[in-house]
Amino acid sequence: MTLKKLAVTFALGSMALVTVGASSMFAQSHVNSPDPSLGAPSVASEESHIGNVTGHAEEGKRLYRRFCIGCHGPDGNGQGMNAQWIDPKPRDFTEATFKCRSTPTGTLPTDDDLYNAITRGFVTTNMPSWAPLTPQQRADLVAFVKTWSPRWTKGKPGAPLNIPPETPITIESILHGRELFQKLECWKCHGPEGHGDGPSAITLTDDKGNPIRPYDFSSGSRFMCGTSNQDLYRIFMTGLDGSPMPSFADVVKPAEAWDLVHFLRTLQPLKTPEADLWMTYKAAHGSDLKPIGPDAAPGGK
Amino acid sequence: MRSRYFTALAVAALLGSGMLVFAKPPAGSGSITGKVTYTGTPPKMKPIDMSKEPSCAKQHATPVLTENVATGPGSALQWVVVYISAGDQGSTAPSQAVRYDQKGCQYLPHVLPMQVNQGLQIYNDDQTSHNIHPLSKVNAEWNKSQPPGSPPIDTKYDKPEFIPVKCNIHPWMHGYFIVLNTSHYAVSGEDGSFDIKGLPPGKYTVTAWQEQYPAQSQEVTISGSEAKTANFVFKVLPY
Repeated sequence: MTLKKLAVTFALGSMALVTVGASSMFAQSHVNSPDPSLGAPSVASEESHIGNVTGHAEEGKRLYRRFCIGCHGPDGNGQGMNAQWIDPKPRDFTEATFKCRSTPTGTLPTDDDLYNAITRGFVTTNMPSWAPLTPQQRADLVAFVKTWSPRWTKGKPGAPLNIPPETPITIESILHGRELFQKLECWKCHGPEGHGDGPSAITLTDDKGNPIRPYDFSSGSRFMCGTSNQDLYRIFMTGLDGSPMPSFADVVKPAEAWDLVHFLRTLQPLKTPEADLWMTYKAAHGSDLKPIGPDAAPGGK
Repeated sequence: MRSRYFTALAVAALLGSGMLVFAKPPAGSGSITGKVTYTGTPPKMKPIDMSKEPSCAKQHATPVLTENVATGPGSALQWVVVYISAGDQGSTAPSQAVRYDQKGCQYLPHVLPMQVNQGLQIYNDDQTSHNIHPLSKVNAEWNKSQPPGSPPIDTKYDKPEFIPVKCNIHPWMHGYFIVLNTSHYAVSGEDGSFDIKGLPPGKYTVTAWQEQYPAQSQEVTISGSEAKTANFVFKVLPY
């Protein structure tokens, strides 16, 4: 075989490969979305701004079709082909209600909130981390997600929560946090030990009526909306909209909020400064502690 | 030239004032009264077990019943919102806010009508924390914790909607915010009666909304200061 013949064979072969690849892509998009318009209005105009990256919805639409449509669906309503097998259910973007926000309850999240959610994924759900996509691609997806609801064109995101510097981790802080855990009745859902087994846990549903579990603090290091103490602070202050988790921003002062963060850290199976302090304290004073639960409830007897 | 200018101004002013009169008719003195009843067998309202919340359970000598199909003597149907869905919509929201109470782990009242942009104050009168979670779809959905002794939550809704309200901590708590465009509305009482007053002459569509059964409408025309009757009958099922 001459060199020339080899080159021709190679060229033909690669052309064939490209054709097969393209047709299988078409086949897939046809199966997923019979409607090529993909439901979303005003796709071209929507943008997102993540740092100095500008995301474009038109690009995001292509990526959505490739990566998101299976679960979130061709109409963005969370009813993709895989949704029936998934619990908790994929987000319905047409409602523009999002769990992980830096903004007050009832307001739209910022572009960064959506970008962080796509990047991080959601622990204990089927939503994986999309960090393998480039920052530009993730920004494009954020822009496209915002085309599913008119709330994005009519309204603006809320003002992000101001998180003051963390207070020192002390045993007083942890103990006060524990009092708050009792007083605010976090245990009603999350359980006296934070195992997600409080008396109301079994009755919880999300805003679509699907059963939903409260977070089990013994399940690991990651929360729904991040891993850091700041993330934990933000979660209970802004609430997880669309879920039973309310916002405590109106009822917990910033310094108290840090106390609650420090206590919540002791519920995790981790070696943290909070857990160390707490174990030492419990070893010495454990018998003096009133157990968390209905007996200690302010209105109970 | 000058006098013509003034004449034009005067005419414009006259026209303007005339239009004002047209745009804002004085509150009328017509009324629509009636009774909301049911046919069929209503579902049995169940006693609520509040033993998981002793501070609430002890406030009720006898267990509270669910209220989704609240009935009274004479086949009366309670908690039906009757409002003008088409026709004169009355005045914009009054400055007086409506009050919603969480008391004895119940929502009082069970169904709270209000106008678009009218103030809404939510109180927690209990010795336990509630989270107030109105499941709005048209308006923005929010969910707030309200421990005992917290100040009332001040809010309002800017679009008309029928909003179910729940407390996730106490899953039996269930109520409704009814956000209406019109200022002409009433809620049927224990005897099923309602009374919509202050209607100017005109053609009206009167709609009756019940949380579990399809809404119904009737056309009513009011001339002068007459009192018209409109009765509504809901077909109920025992399950």
